[in-house]
Amino acid sequence: MNTAIILALASCSMALVAALAPLFLRQPVAQRTGLSLLLAASGLLAMIAGICGLILGGDALILPLGLPWMPMHVRLDALGSFFCLVIGSLLLPVAIYSQGYLRDETRLTSLAIFMPLFVLGMLGVVLSDDAFTFMLFWELMSVSSYFLVTFKHENLENRKAGFIYLLMAHMAGLLILGSFAVLYAAAGSFEFSAMRDATISPFWASAAFLLAGFGFGTKAGVVPLHGWLPEAHPVAPSNVSALMSGIMLKVAIFGFIRVCWDLMGTGDFQWWWGALVLAAGSSSAITGVLMALQQHDLKRLLAYHSIENIGIILIGLGLSMLLAHFGHPMLAALGLVAALYHTINHALFKGLLFMGAGAVLHSTGTRDMESMGGLIHRMPWTAALFLVACLSISALPPFNGFVSEWLTFQTALMAPQMGGALLTAIVPFSAAMLALAGALAATCFVKVFGVVFLGHARSEVAASAHEVDNWMKVGMAIPAVFCLLLGLLPVLFIPLVDRVPQLLLHASLADSIHAHGWLWLTPIDVAHSSYSAPIVLIGMLVLGGLAFWLLHPKGRTIRRSVMWSCGNPHVNARMQYNATSFSQPLRRIFAGIYRPEEELRIERSRHKLLADSVHYAVHVGDMAVQYLYQPIGKLTLYVAKLLQHEHQRGIHAYLAYTFITILFLLAVYI
Amino acid sequence: MSATLIQQLVDGFAALMLLTSFALLAQHRMLSVLHWFAGQGLLLAATAAIVAYGTDNEELYISALMALLLKGMLLPWLLRRVIRQLHVHREVEPLMNSSMTMLVALGVTLFSFHIIQPIEKTSLLMTRDSMAIATACVLLGMLMMITRKKAITQVIGFLAVENALFFAAIGATNGMPLVVEIGIAFDVLIAALIFGLFFFQIRTTFDSLEVDTMNAHLIHKDDDE
Repeated sequence: MNTAIILALASCSMALVAALAPLFLRQPVAQRTGLSLLLAASGLLAMIAGICGLILGGDALILPLGLPWMPMHVRLDALGSFFCLVIGSLLLPVAIYSQGYLRDETRLTSLAIFMPLFVLGMLGVVLSDDAFTFMLFWELMSVSSYFLVTFKHENLENRKAGFIYLLMAHMAGLLILGSFAVLYAAAGSFEFSAMRDATISPFWASAAFLLAGFGFGTKAGVVPLHGWLPEAHPVAPSNVSALMSGIMLKVAIFGFIRVCWDLMGTGDFQWWWGALVLAAGSSSAITGVLMALQQHDLKRLLAYHSIENIGIILIGLGLSMLLAHFGHPMLAALGLVAALYHTINHALFKGLLFMGAGAVLHSTGTRDMESMGGLIHRMPWTAALFLVACLSISALPPFNGFVSEWLTFQTALMAPQMGGALLTAIVPFSAAMLALAGALAATCFVKVFGVVFLGHARSEVAASAHEVDNWMKVGMAIPAVFCLLLGLLPVLFIPLVDRVPQLLLHASLADSIHAHGWLWLTPIDVAHSSYSAPIVLIGMLVLGGLAFWLLHPKGRTIRRSVMWSCGNPHVNARMQYNATSFSQPLRRIFAGIYRPEEELRIERSRHKLLADSVHYAVHVGDMAVQYLYQPIGKLTLYVAKLLQHEHQRGIHAYLAYTFITILFLLAVYI
Repeated sequence: MSATLIQQLVDGFAALMLLTSFALLAQHRMLSVLHWFAGQGLLLAATAAIVAYGTDNEELYISALMALLLKGMLLPWLLRRVIRQLHVHREVEPLMNSSMTMLVALGVTLFSFHIIQPIEKTSLLMTRDSMAIATACVLLGMLMMITRKKAITQVIGFLAVENALFFAAIGATNGMPLVVEIGIAFDVLIAALIFGLFFFQIRTTFDSLEVDTMNAHLIHKDDDE
C-alpha cells in the first residue's frame, strides 16, 4: 500500500464521516461547520492523493466491504489520480465557500447528509476497480445529487427539475450498466483487470462503446442528451451547482475514458468512434454557447456554458481517438492532454463562476440578470474574482482556458490527413466550430459581466446589495489563483497530466514539453508552435500600462459632465443595454436555430404617433426539448392512455392474458 | 392384470378425462355442468386406483379415496347446494359462442399434444401417454374460466384445472407425496367453502353473480368519487 491510495481512502472516509455527522450535530451552525470542515479536509486529501498518485504512481487494494463473494476492488492509477486531483481542487474551495453561503440556511440536515454522500459517490467512482463498485458509487452520486437538486422542494420548479434529472440519470445508469454487461460477457468477471485483458469482437466493442457513450454522454450533458442540465443546475444551491457542473460532469468524462479507453483499450478504436465523439463535441460546443447567449437567468446561462465546455473536452477526446486509430500516438497524446487540461480548467473556472453567481444570488436574492447591474461598486471582490473566471472561460491569455483550447487547436491543426474525404473534412470543421464557440463564449461573458456588474442598478435589490463574507471570498479566491497559475505555468503542470496518456496510449509528451524550459510551452515541435504565458502577461502589462499612461498623462484632470442623451432629459437605468438587448443581433443572425417567439405590443391611446407603453417579450426555447423530449413525452403519455383502457378490463381479460402467456411460454420454451 | 392392460386402461381413462373437459366447456345448463364435474372427479379417483394397483403404491390408494370423497362427492354436493339456494339453474351465457369455443379447445388440445411429445419420449412410466391429455385438461379448464360469465362456472373451471393438475401428477410421477396431496386437498376444500361463502356475500352486495356487473359497480364507484 502506498501513500496515494491511503490518502484517497482517507478522503473518502472523511466524506463518509461528514455524511454521518448530522446524526450527532443537530444545530444548523454545528452542521454547517462540520460539513464545511470535513469536506474541506476531504478535498485537501483528495488533492494531495491525486498529486501523489500522479507523481509516485498508485496502487490497487481489495477492501473487505461489499458483497460476501465480491469484495470491493479499489485502485488509484494515473487516470484516477488525475480526476481525484480535479475533484479535490474544486471541493476544497467549495467547502470553504459553503461555510459562508449556508449561513442563513436554517434547515440544513438534508444538505448536510447528501452533499458528502454526493462527494463520496464521485470519489468512489474514480477509485473503483470493478464494475459493481463503479455502479454502486455511480448511483450513489446520481441519487444523492437528486436530493440536492430538490433541496428547496417547496418550489414546483425544483421538483420538476428534480424529476427530469432523476429520469435521465437513471436512463444513463441503465445504458452504462448495459455497456458493463457487454464487457462482463467478454471477460466473465466484474473486475476491471479481467475486462482489460479480455478480447472483444468489433461488433460487441462497438455496442459497448455506444452504450457507454450515450450513458456517460447523458450524464455529461452532451447535446441532445442535455435536457436535464439547464433545469437542474439553476435550482440547486449554488455550492452544489458548482460541484455538479465543476466535477460531476467531469466524472462522466472520467467514466467514458475509463470504459472506452482503458477497459476496451485504445487498440480497439474504430474510425467512426472518434468521428462520432468529435461530432458530438462540436455540436455540444456550438449549441451550448448559442443557447447560453439567449439566457437571462444567470445560473441557467452558466449551465449552458457547461454543455459548451463538455463539447470542447469531447473535441479533444475525439481528435485523440481518431489520431490513435490512424497511428499517431504523439498527437493522440496531445489531444488527450488538451482534453484533460480543459477538464481541470473547466472544473476550476466553472466552479468559480457558479460560486460567483451564488454570491450575487446570496446578496440580491435573484438569478435574473435583468434586475442586476452596477454590482461592481457594491461587491468589488466578487466582481474581480468573477472577472478572472470570465476571462478564463473566454479563453483569453494569460489564464488557463487559453492554454487548453490552444492545445486543442494545435491538435486539430497538426492532424495529418487521415482516412477518406469525410475525415479530412471533419477535423478542420470541428476546429472551426471550436473557434466560433470560443468567440461566442467571449461575447456571452462580455454580456454577463457587463449586465451584472457594470452600469447602473436595475432594481432595488441590486442597489442595496452587499459584499459577501470572508469565507465566500476565500472560497472564490482559491480557484481564481489556480486559474492564473495553470495559465501561467502549463509547462510545470503538463508533465503530471502526461501520466494519463502514458498509461492509456503508451505515448508521452515529456520530451517535447521539457525541451525549452519552463518558460515556453511547445506541444510537439518548436518549428510548429510555441506559447509562453509569462511573456504574454508581461507584454500585456507593458502595453496596458503604456496605453494608460498615454490616455491619462500626469497633470491633466479628468473632467466629468452630464451624459449626452439625445435630448431626452429623463435617463434611467432601464435604458441600459440589458441581457436581452445585448444578444439581439445574434438572435437575428442565428434566427434559424433559435426560432425566437417574439411579442411586440405598443399601446397608443392618445395619438397614433404617441406610444404610451411598449411591451416586448421574447422566448427562445431549447430545440432539443421541443423536438426530441416533448414528442417522446407525448408518445409515452399516449401509449399509457392506450394501456389505461386495458387496466379497466374485466377478470376475463386478465384470465385471457394469463392463458395466452402460458401458451406462449409453452410454445417458446418447450 | 397384465401391465399392457393397465396401461391401456389408464389411456382409456385419460381419453374419458379429455371428454369430460370438453363436455364441461360445451354444457349450457348449470346442473349438467355440475354433473360432468362430478363425473370428472370419479374418473380421477378410478384412474388413481388403477395406477395404484399397477405400481403397487399404497399411498396412491389413499389419494384415490380422497379424490373420490372430495372431488367426486363433497365438492359437487357443496356447489349443488349453492346453485339451489341461489337459483342459478339457468344457464351459463358464455362470452364466446360455443362452436367457437370448441374450435379453440380443439386447437389447444392439439397444441398440448405437440409440446408434450418431446417430453413423453424421455419418460419410462406406464402413464406417460396421459401427460399430453393432462396438459390439455389444464388449458381447457382455464379456457372455461375465460369464456364463462357466471362466477360459479369460473369456480368450476378453477376446480377442473385443479383436477387436471392432480391427473398430471399421477401421469408424470405416479402421484405427489401423500403429505402434499392431503395439503392440496384441504386447500381445495377450504377454497370451495370460501367461494361458497363469497357467492352469498356477492349476491347480497351486488344482487347478481355476473362478473361484469361487479366490474360495472366498481367503475361507477370510481366515477362517483
